[in-house]
Amino acid sequence: MTTIDHGAIGYVGPDIRYRSCPFTGRRIERSAELLIRANAVAAVIFLAVGGFFGLMVALTRWPAVQLLPAEWFYLVLTGHGANVLLFWIVFFEIAVLYFASAVLLGCRLATPRWAWLGFGLMVIGAVMANYAVLNGDSTVMFTSYPPMMAEHWFYLSLIVFAVGALIGVFVFFGTLVVAKDEQTYEGSVPLVTFGAITAAIIAVFTLACGAIILIPTWLWSLGLISGIDTLMYKLVWWGMGHSSQQINVAAHIAIWYAIAAMVVGARPLSEKVSRFAFLMYILFLQLASAHHLLAEPGMSSSWKIINTSYMMYLAVMASMIHGLTVPGAIEAAQRRNGFTRGMFEWLTKAPWGNPAFSGMFMSLVMFGFLGGITGVILGTEQLNVLMHNTIYVPGHFHATVVAGTTLAFMAMTYLVVPLVFQRDIIWPTLAKWQPYLFGLGAGGISLFMMGAGTLGVPRRHWDISMVDAAHQYEFAPAAYLMMGLNGMSAILAAAGGLLFIVLVVASILAGPRLDQPGAKLVFPLHDAGAQAVSEYGSEASLKIPGTVMLVAIFFFTFVLYYFVNWKYLSELWLFN
Amino acid sequence: MSINPPSNRLWWKEPIHGIELAWIIIAFLWGLFMFFFMIAWHFIGNQNLSTETYRVTPDQFVEKVEAFAEEYPLLDASGDPVDIEGTPVVSPPAGGDVYMLGRLWEWWPALELKKDQSYRFHLSSADWQHGFSLQPVNINISVHPGYEHVFTLTPTQTGEFGIVCNEYCGIGHHAMSGHIRVVD
Repeated sequence: MTTIDHGAIGYVGPDIRYRSCPFTGRRIERSAELLIRANAVAAVIFLAVGGFFGLMVALTRWPAVQLLPAEWFYLVLTGHGANVLLFWIVFFEIAVLYFASAVLLGCRLATPRWAWLGFGLMVIGAVMANYAVLNGDSTVMFTSYPPMMAEHWFYLSLIVFAVGALIGVFVFFGTLVVAKDEQTYEGSVPLVTFGAITAAIIAVFTLACGAIILIPTWLWSLGLISGIDTLMYKLVWWGMGHSSQQINVAAHIAIWYAIAAMVVGARPLSEKVSRFAFLMYILFLQLASAHHLLAEPGMSSSWKIINTSYMMYLAVMASMIHGLTVPGAIEAAQRRNGFTRGMFEWLTKAPWGNPAFSGMFMSLVMFGFLGGITGVILGTEQLNVLMHNTIYVPGHFHATVVAGTTLAFMAMTYLVVPLVFQRDIIWPTLAKWQPYLFGLGAGGISLFMMGAGTLGVPRRHWDISMVDAAHQYEFAPAAYLMMGLNGMSAILAAAGGLLFIVLVVASILAGPRLDQPGAKLVFPLHDAGAQAVSEYGSEASLKIPGTVMLVAIFFFTFVLYYFVNWKYLSELWLFN
Repeated sequence: MSINPPSNRLWWKEPIHGIELAWIIIAFLWGLFMFFFMIAWHFIGNQNLSTETYRVTPDQFVEKVEAFAEEYPLLDASGDPVDIEGTPVVSPPAGGDVYMLGRLWEWWPALELKKDQSYRFHLSSADWQHGFSLQPVNINISVHPGYEHVFTLTPTQTGEFGIVCNEYCGIGHHAMSGHIRVVD
């Protein structure tokens, strides 16, 4: 009986081929490798398209430039959201899931044919969506709130894409089962895989919400359903829209841990604490749909408070834990590496010239300071009315998704290209600078949009000078300045993004080959990176004074900014 | 290594470092504080947006707004109705109901309110979703067709205020505007 089971699942036929990675000693299966490559390439292509749209948007919102006419602006803005927020991120996440299962667990990918089917559906969906948007009949913004209706192709394309992504997620789950069954690892899965499992579980919830709302909306666009309730749509749609950002959070935190391990040899301060923090995400992050409903009629205050706080901020607590344990793990590792002087030698002597590390660390800092804190402020029941639907909101989520997730994914790509594509980074000097250029631009975009938002500038708005409006309203001159600085930051970010794409494409096509014996990486991995089994980093007394200082600064900033906003609110017109 | 299985198979039995534990406790307590502060603001604060909502059809709501505008028009010295840029100005009695309609692409009607007097605002849309954004006060509220949102609003400043739309509502979105004047 056992033999039959084992034979059925664990069959290793001639078509299952492994290679051994010369740099990490890992066993990498061919079909997993090809699927990671395909998904990563697709991700980068949609990043290029969406990033270009993003630059057009920012240049149009720069009042002195106002590049595109209104119709094109709204069209391109719709395309920008779909391509970067959905296609770039989800393609890359599928690659991350395959990496965290098949590569980290050293096993074969479950059902590669299904994985290719999923990939194919995602490509079809993404291309269809771009067609629908560029066709001009679906300028409904990424959120597509009813009763404004898009061409039915638009909804169908998103459904097809989501089905493809869901197949990818289940291939990931299947791969975990394969690894367990074929005993390719001992004990518990690695922390990074645990983080990827978190992302995948949230992804199932997210894609289910998407199906629940987009399928009826598609039928409505075909005339088969008479109407879609606008509040219900918003509630369920954001079960997809916001939760999909929580997939990013889980995925990019897993990547932080992975890069820290591979580049400086970091190991978790405590497996238990880091895994507990991921578990909090699984339990509570999905409540965040409420963040988009705080300024809406209908929902009660108690519903808003419970949901918007992720059940008493337990998921925020989880993020704050990672905010300590990720830099803490890096500090502990760097001190083991010999950088023990003073409070910050571990940080000043960190490999800042390695784009994987610099991108990862900037992602960590900007996600925490710019994205995390402002997210809590925006998600506070009463404070939301100060910023709801102003450009503060895109400011916040560009800090989380661009400076946080995208920068982390870019950093990871500098490891994926040599280790999975077996091609080295072609121009190391340019690669060194790329994360700084992109990070500076992304940070600027976030800050200046938030600044403009506090001055009331609306999001998704072609012309804040309101020339065509019946009632003129003059925004503060500082708002114009902020929108101009936002445009300039977008140029920096776009230059960084373009450089990234050129570097990746050129490295894949013409980078130095790494599959020859004796090949060396231009950005070396940590020496202990090839260790098969890690040691637990429990020195009797854990010394991470630099991290404690960083976390103290973070907490002080958080508390200060929180109360500054309540002060603003207390001066607002009264709601009684 | 975070990319390898934990070397200690009983990793959940390992003690937590003091630094980590202290930070978990701080983060948890801060979360509790922020949670209860939202509740507390309902008792100590004056900026709690009401969630009172009624179902209404867009046609019914348009009728209500028009009746409201006819009942309390602002009249000038010679008894003629006042308008701003073609939009009639309505001057409701203090403490009374105020109706505000969002539609493609205007906020209708314009209002003249009195400082420190409270009004019961009724807000809805005749067509698509809109975003009521009062500037430079920076009060931002979502507006849905089919739902009549009722909340109390008390202006605490005098002056001329603009209303812009901050929910995308089609090609005229950036031209959608309205006006509120607050007098002593």
